[in-house]
Amino acid sequence: MKFLKNIRVIISLLFFLPIFLFFIDFAGKLPLQLHELLKFQWIPALLSLNLVLIGILLVLSLLFGRIYCSTICPLGVFQDILTWKSSFFRKKKKKFRFEYTKPQNILRYSILALTIVLFIFGSSFLVILLDPYSTFGRMVSQLFRPLAIMGNNVISAILSGMGNYSLYKVDQVGFVPVAFGISLLFFVLVGVMSWFRGRLYCNTVCPVGTTLGLLSKISIFRISIKESSCTQCGLCEKSCKSQCIDSETMKVDDSRCVSCFNCISACKKGSMKYEFRYKKQIAEPVQTHADNSRRTFLLTSGAVLSTLAFANVKTLTRKKDTILTRQPIMPPGAGNIEHFNAHCTGCQLCVGKCPMQVLKPAALQYGISGIMQPHLAFSTQVFCTYDCNICSSVCPTVALKPLSMEEKKLVQIGIVKFRKDMCVVFTDETDCGACSEHCPTQAVHMIPYKKGLTIPEVTENICIGCGACESICPVKPYKAIYVEGNKIQITAKKPKEAKKFNKVIDDFGF
Amino acid sequence: MKRRDFFKSAAVVGLATIFKPNALAASASSANLTVQATPDMVAVMGGEPEAMLIRALKELGGIGKYVKKGNKVVIKPNIGWDRKPELAANTNPELVGALVKLCKSAGASEILVFDHTCHDWKKSYTNSGIEKAVSDAGGKMVPGNDESYYREVDFPRGVNLKKAKIHKSLLECDVWFNVPILKNHGGAKNTISMKNLMGIVWDRSFFHNNDLHQCIADSATFHKKPALNIVDAYRILKSNGPQGKSESDVVKLKSLIISPDFVAVDTAAMKMFSQVQPTDIKDVRHIALAEKLRVGTQNLEKLNVKRIKM
Repeated sequence: MKFLKNIRVIISLLFFLPIFLFFIDFAGKLPLQLHELLKFQWIPALLSLNLVLIGILLVLSLLFGRIYCSTICPLGVFQDILTWKSSFFRKKKKKFRFEYTKPQNILRYSILALTIVLFIFGSSFLVILLDPYSTFGRMVSQLFRPLAIMGNNVISAILSGMGNYSLYKVDQVGFVPVAFGISLLFFVLVGVMSWFRGRLYCNTVCPVGTTLGLLSKISIFRISIKESSCTQCGLCEKSCKSQCIDSETMKVDDSRCVSCFNCISACKKGSMKYEFRYKKQIAEPVQTHADNSRRTFLLTSGAVLSTLAFANVKTLTRKKDTILTRQPIMPPGAGNIEHFNAHCTGCQLCVGKCPMQVLKPAALQYGISGIMQPHLAFSTQVFCTYDCNICSSVCPTVALKPLSMEEKKLVQIGIVKFRKDMCVVFTDETDCGACSEHCPTQAVHMIPYKKGLTIPEVTENICIGCGACESICPVKPYKAIYVEGNKIQITAKKPKEAKKFNKVIDDFGF
Repeated sequence: MKRRDFFKSAAVVGLATIFKPNALAASASSANLTVQATPDMVAVMGGEPEAMLIRALKELGGIGKYVKKGNKVVIKPNIGWDRKPELAANTNPELVGALVKLCKSAGASEILVFDHTCHDWKKSYTNSGIEKAVSDAGGKMVPGNDESYYREVDFPRGVNLKKAKIHKSLLECDVWFNVPILKNHGGAKNTISMKNLMGIVWDRSFFHNNDLHQCIADSATFHKKPALNIVDAYRILKSNGPQGKSESDVVKLKSLIISPDFVAVDTAAMKMFSQVQPTDIKDVRHIALAEKLRVGTQNLEKLNVKRIKM
């Protein structure tokens, strides 16, 4: 049965590498279709209520246990890589170094219960923070990707110095301290835990791991020790990165086993079996242990629920108005702010894929619950491109509804506001028109002003809030034209076309 | 030649120029005039972009007059927008491609094409069709999206614009061509050859903050003049410029105007444009301002203009 581990490693790399590279890819070289892989992630599938995928994942878990954790979840595989790497830094004797530990039941079930309860009360704070896929996405896009870009920029600078322009410099404009800090924190947390204790993070902090642990207790296939041939040598226990094999009692804690099959490969006697759980002859009373943890789960969730019932959770989500100077601008396809805040996991995929890099992780613009969810932040020449719908097409949850190009061009994410008294044409009495120049719908257009000058005028109902005008307005630091975000995205009116010119010009005119 | 003879003849020439200062210059230029004066401006109408370019350059003495063997050439079209060629927001790709081909045939060692775009540069390069046209013809696209590609240059003749960062490929090349498209423009009223220079500059917001038209005129005093301004008027944008909204903004004039003189070529283009959309050239203030800076002349009567219908 030793082939099982190899299969697991191959499948996990087939998921991990494309996802990792997809998040790194700052040049947009990889096909956008790769995002389909991300739909197999538990939290995105649940938030999208994608019944087919939920069904597939559920069946897989009920059949094989936590294989999601050991193959599909990029954070899980990332930890395996770290654990594996760490063994190179140890003396050979200690290569198989794990030993059985007791599960952190109170901690893990509390975290799970708190996550669920908060979500029910309308705050996706912990879902965003703890979803393993999104945690991984943030780590890559906030930590690894900037390093890759830095490398690219050093090489491109050297090349362009020699007159070779085959590489080009990529801007690093996505730095948001909160998002960077949280990503770094989780990188350190996950890194340290996996370096020393294998899958400890998955079995104590990760709410998905904990939930799947409940399922894997009843999965059809499971790891077990064949007592008749076992010599209790302890090799299985030492190889178990979940630290869930107790070689003394010859028991495996199914709730923490991620079906990595390392133990099967480690056992020299062939006593580790991956087999059918519900054999008729054995009606063992092992379940008492599991019952205990289930009881803990119910107890802790009850306790958390009652505390929260008294606390007004809404204060968590409603703080934003005082912090903000203006309504944040959601990416196109977000629909309305409640839907968006509840469904976005802040994985940063859209942020990384945005060719204009106008999407940035939010600090407190959406309130505490919306930390790291994307919003549009305009800066010079950074605005939402008219002919682009990438963010809505790569979103793995339904936080951003897919939009066709024609739909996207009419989605009003915000409305332009013009402050005439600050405009260059008004203050300096010189021509400018940068805003209208950049406006794709001509919601901002120029009308005659004094002395042959023209000044901007705004037609709100054809404005889509792309921010091109704001991004290019030369008035600093407060722009004379800016976009106010829409809480509910609506469909803008189609801009009117100009009159066609049908006469034939047959003369030079000079 | 003996040293004594040299001094003698030098003294004679020196004396001659003191008494008759234009004598030497006149004798030099008269030689050219007798052959057949190269026109100051060539305008072509009624052909396809490539054919019109070849025809016009023939009048101007052929590409070999501007591009020598081994030269590094830069072409600066307008690639400001993520728009397809039919929408006339960017210079016609066939025209740019044809120019690259001609430079190649003249023996250019390297032909670089860039613009400091307004929209995402990669999408603009691709969707304008220019990237493909250039690489098919053997040229190279150069990014202009980052400040690191620009070097500071003094504009001693500039009124408001005294310094600006200019794309380094332009500073390093042997010869360059300014290849704008004729368009209506929300801010500058019209954009032709001088407005196209905003794409060789890094900091454009300075222009908008310090009298746009004056800065555009100032930028035309750039010490390294383009060999030619090749104004694409195959399709022009009559309204909603510089991006345009739809093909209703586009008028097909099938024309091309070429001149080394910024002011003259813009003046001529404005006259052509006004037949479609009457526009007062005085409102395109940078044209008059540039003339004041002696960048060129608005008086087309004084010039030798060659008009060709195909």
